[in-house]
Amino acid sequence: MKTLWQYAAGVLLGTTLISGCEQPPPETLQRGYRGTGMELVANPKTLAETVAANTIPEATPQLPAAGPKAKDVYQNVQVLGDLSVGQFTRLMAAMTEWIAPEEGCNYCHVNEGFHLDTLYTKKVARVMTAMTQRVNQDYGDHVGGAGVTCYTCHRGKHVPENVWTTNPGGPHAAGVTTAMQNIASSAAVSTSLPFDPFTPFFEDDKSIRVAGDTALQTGNRNSIKQTEWIYSLMMHFSDSLGVNCTQCHNTRAFYDWDQSSPERVRAWHGIRMVREINTDFINRTTDWLPDHRKGPLGDPLKANCATCHQGAYKPLLGAQMLKDYPTLGSYDEATKTAYLKDDKGE
Amino acid sequence: MIEYQNIFTQVQVDAPDYPGVPIGRDEYNRVGGIRHSWLAGKFGDAQIGPIYLGPFGVLSLIFGFMAFEIIGLNMWASVNWDPIEFIRQLPWLALEPPPPQYGLSIPPLNDGGWWLLAGFFLTASILLWWWRTFKLSQQLGMSNYLAWAFAAAIWLYLVLGFIRPILMGSWSEAVPFGIFPHLDWTAAFSLRYGNLFYNPFHMLSIVFLYGSALLFAMHGATILAVSRYGGDREIDQVTDIGTAGERSMLFWRWCMGFNASMESIHRWAWWFAVLTVITGGIGILLTGTVVDNWYLWGVKHGIAPAYPPLDAIPVVDPMMTEAP
Repeated sequence: MKTLWQYAAGVLLGTTLISGCEQPPPETLQRGYRGTGMELVANPKTLAETVAANTIPEATPQLPAAGPKAKDVYQNVQVLGDLSVGQFTRLMAAMTEWIAPEEGCNYCHVNEGFHLDTLYTKKVARVMTAMTQRVNQDYGDHVGGAGVTCYTCHRGKHVPENVWTTNPGGPHAAGVTTAMQNIASSAAVSTSLPFDPFTPFFEDDKSIRVAGDTALQTGNRNSIKQTEWIYSLMMHFSDSLGVNCTQCHNTRAFYDWDQSSPERVRAWHGIRMVREINTDFINRTTDWLPDHRKGPLGDPLKANCATCHQGAYKPLLGAQMLKDYPTLGSYDEATKTAYLKDDKGE
Repeated sequence: MIEYQNIFTQVQVDAPDYPGVPIGRDEYNRVGGIRHSWLAGKFGDAQIGPIYLGPFGVLSLIFGFMAFEIIGLNMWASVNWDPIEFIRQLPWLALEPPPPQYGLSIPPLNDGGWWLLAGFFLTASILLWWWRTFKLSQQLGMSNYLAWAFAAAIWLYLVLGFIRPILMGSWSEAVPFGIFPHLDWTAAFSLRYGNLFYNPFHMLSIVFLYGSALLFAMHGATILAVSRYGGDREIDQVTDIGTAGERSMLFWRWCMGFNASMESIHRWAWWFAVLTVITGGIGILLTGTVVDNWYLWGVKHGIAPAYPPLDAIPVVDPMMTEAP
């Protein structure tokens, strides 16, 4: 009898072990030709969590564009001057809800005069507004019709949840040179790959292409170490979007565009978008940004894929938020002169 | 009747101390005395020692220890001599080969030089140990199958860390010393060279590797199954086949039409094991030196099928259509 009980316990334990891997079982959606493994994998439970985490706040009613302009009524309005007073105040109220719901207006403004640039937060808000308009107007190849608003990244927080600064690595003995890798890091998604894949690709424009385009060796000198940096960047893509490699690639030939999904083109534009966000917008705050908004090397907190995506394949799962705030959809001449280096693509 | 069966035996097979056959003037190389272990008797022979170390064994251990120390101390230094971080991060830590800019020159110690030194000591240690397997076989009057099999593994090791980096003109092409880092290196290697799965020598290596496991399981199971007829006396059965050998051979002949012989099965196993690393080494050696993109090589030679495009509108490299 005892043996029977032992046997039953053994079977139960074994069943628990193999069935306990992932519950409920993941669902897969085929997205490529059969046999290529190009599929979307989702766990229904985490999917429900993702949906819950990506709801958008209710929009207030839009106000007419008619009437006096903000720049004529208020002082020191640099990037939203062409808005009507009604549109302007509505947007200010929305921004408060999105970024500083507790502090209210005083997070950016001082009581001595709302036009004063006393607080750095007000100056940051101006740069961020110009950036948002730039993204919506010129990076449709990445953000599509859904566009972005402050809320896409901020979600009620002063600083978005996921930001980065150049990572010089932890302390190491003076006698060794850091390889910039081989330390567990969340940026490299717990691999031993390079722990700062952002600086070379999201600030500098180091090449991401390493694989050769000829069968035989014809002088491609890209190294394996270089490949590891790109591998790390790709891990970040995957982690930020909650997708696997096959979201963009046919993994039998990672480099080949012909076999890639259209999402890869979208990501390509995203890389250029993030690079411009960091170099042309965020980095211009370096001189006056306080130290607690900077990294160990004194560079400002910057954006990467996770800043907007936050684990979703589309930020806020593609919620159409911009249509309620069309004033963030394009920049005016004043902003263009002040913030844009060149027209995109030149 | 109780039977002697390793693993797991119900009987301890133990005997008085037995130092082994006399080997003349090298007798002093056998050190460590003789102990008897109940636990060892569960898995194999209960007698432990004496071990034949010899000058090559001693040197090999010293060099191996030096490589181990260099790697370990470099890992520890990379977390600023913090003992807790050293333990916590151990699977991630590594001693990296020099960065690409050094090519094949001797880099400073702190920037890949230690890697070169560790590699030297580890290689010396392995080669000395190999000489020891060669020598021990000779002294016991055996032929050299073991030494040649070990040499095949050393071939793959040398291709990865020495021969291929030299042909590529850069130490940076070699494998880092580290637990996760060498695995990430392997994945990056395949990514860089257009998918190693299209490398026919990689395919062969996998066939021989999995084949080795399969053959080992088949052979082990077959011999155990006929040990009740004396099949465990395999060598006797080679030259003087009895009912055990006949039954085991008949089993496979009935099962799949063909059977190995009592002797040839061991050659099958030896060749499968040895070819795993020989073909693997050839595959690695050709990568980057001759072939730059194995997927495209596969397309060129008709082993990679073409699939229909994913969408009505084909995806085009944006670099081809617009300025970066």
